Amino acid sequence: MAFGRSKRGASKATPAEPVTLKLLVAGGFGVGKTTLVGSVSEIKPLRTEETLTEAGRPVDDTAGVESKSTTTVAMDFGRITINDGLVLYLFGTPGQDRFWFLWDELAQGALGAVVLVDTRRLEDSFAGIDYFERRSIPFTVAVNHFDGAEVYPPDAIREALDLDAEVPVLVCDARRRESVRDVLVSVVEHAMRRAVAAQQTEPRPAPAR
Amino acid sequence: MTDRWFDDAAGPVVRPYAMTRGRTRSSSDEVRLDLIALVIAQSRDGEGPAKAQETGDGGGDNHQGAAGEDTGGGAHDNTDVLADNSLAPEHVDIVVQCRRAPQSVAELAAELDLPVGVVRVLIGDLIDADWVRVSRPVPPAELPDESILREVIDGLRAL
Ligand SMILES: Nc1nc2c(ncn2[C@@H]2O[C@H](COP(=O)(O)OP(=O)(O)OP(=O)(O)O)[C@@H](O)[C@H]2O)c(=O)[nH]1
Ligand SMILES: [Mg+2]
Repeated sequence: MAFGRSKRGASKATPAEPVTLKLLVAGGFGVGKTTLVGSVSEIKPLRTEETLTEAGRPVDDTAGVESKSTTTVAMDFGRITINDGLVLYLFGTPGQDRFWFLWDELAQGALGAVVLVDTRRLEDSFAGIDYFERRSIPFTVAVNHFDGAEVYPPDAIREALDLDAEVPVLVCDARRRESVRDVLVSVVEHAMRRAVAAQQTEPRPAPAR
Repeated sequence: MTDRWFDDAAGPVVRPYAMTRGRTRSSSDEVRLDLIALVIAQSRDGEGPAKAQETGDGGGDNHQGAAGEDTGGGAHDNTDVLADNSLAPEHVDIVVQCRRAPQSVAELAAELDLPVGVVRVLIGDLIDADWVRVSRPVPPAELPDESILREVIDGLRAL
């Protein structure tokens, strides 16, 4: 059994392994996901590929064999070492519906998510917002402000996206480290408010999957 | 269910899977390896010089695998993995990387420039052969407690 040996007894001899946590970065095409991950990652953003078939997704009848086996998705991937015992990983991947199989895997055990939004193409973020809402994954909406795009106040965006009051909405510049840092802090704070609220009420059922 | 796509018609895309001999899963991954699971090198019982400190313990129970774990910072003697003919070069790369420091599944995939699915199979082989073990990340649906979240927030603020 793969995990059998990593139980208690193993940790005596060596320092405990770091706890690993993950945050997701979702958003439409070209919205700045790779840039965002690169701004805070201590390693140069890596790309990993996941194959569609590997996810065991039912193949639709219309797809030919080639498309079944060739579909791969690149994920951006960054790392932030908080301290010896705690490492945060960021995963960014395209927000189109056809990639949701990937999100299903990434979302498991995720601490929270960032939905990056370009005000010129708000609708590109709908799928991501729906996805995280339905799975009760805490997320922050980060409005990536591109040069030349009109600036809208966060409240207007909240309204346009029909967001719950608890969802933080921030304007950011994915190229700036401090700006991205603030977005990530916002996600984790949001997750913490959730955790605290959950402790105070009944233990809530596991999020629908 | 994962076998289905590896059929005669699958064509050249299969190439990266050649090193896994066409398998899309290994015997070890009935629990699917999470992308952020850490792969940790361990020394193996009854094998070459890398685990010299452990010989003499004839117990053979499976707790001892971790005791001789090589997490030291210095150079590592990799002659043992290199000498194992049952391993593909990619297997060896994984062991060597993990001896320097534990690596997440995603990091290994990126560094070896291989699809995650292939890397999972390779790691599964290495688990079966006791070259590595895998740490389990925080279980799904069980978020870390408040103190950890606070630590993350403080750490991020200090960035
Ligand atoms: N002005 C401005 N430009 C940005 C910002 N963030 C990203 N860009 C630019 O927008 C372009 C696309 O950014 P990427 O980070 O590649 O976007 P992406 O979401 O990874 O794109 P895909 O992976 O193709 O979906 C790049 O040329 C970036 O330099 C921002 O905050 N402001
Ligand atoms: Mg990108």
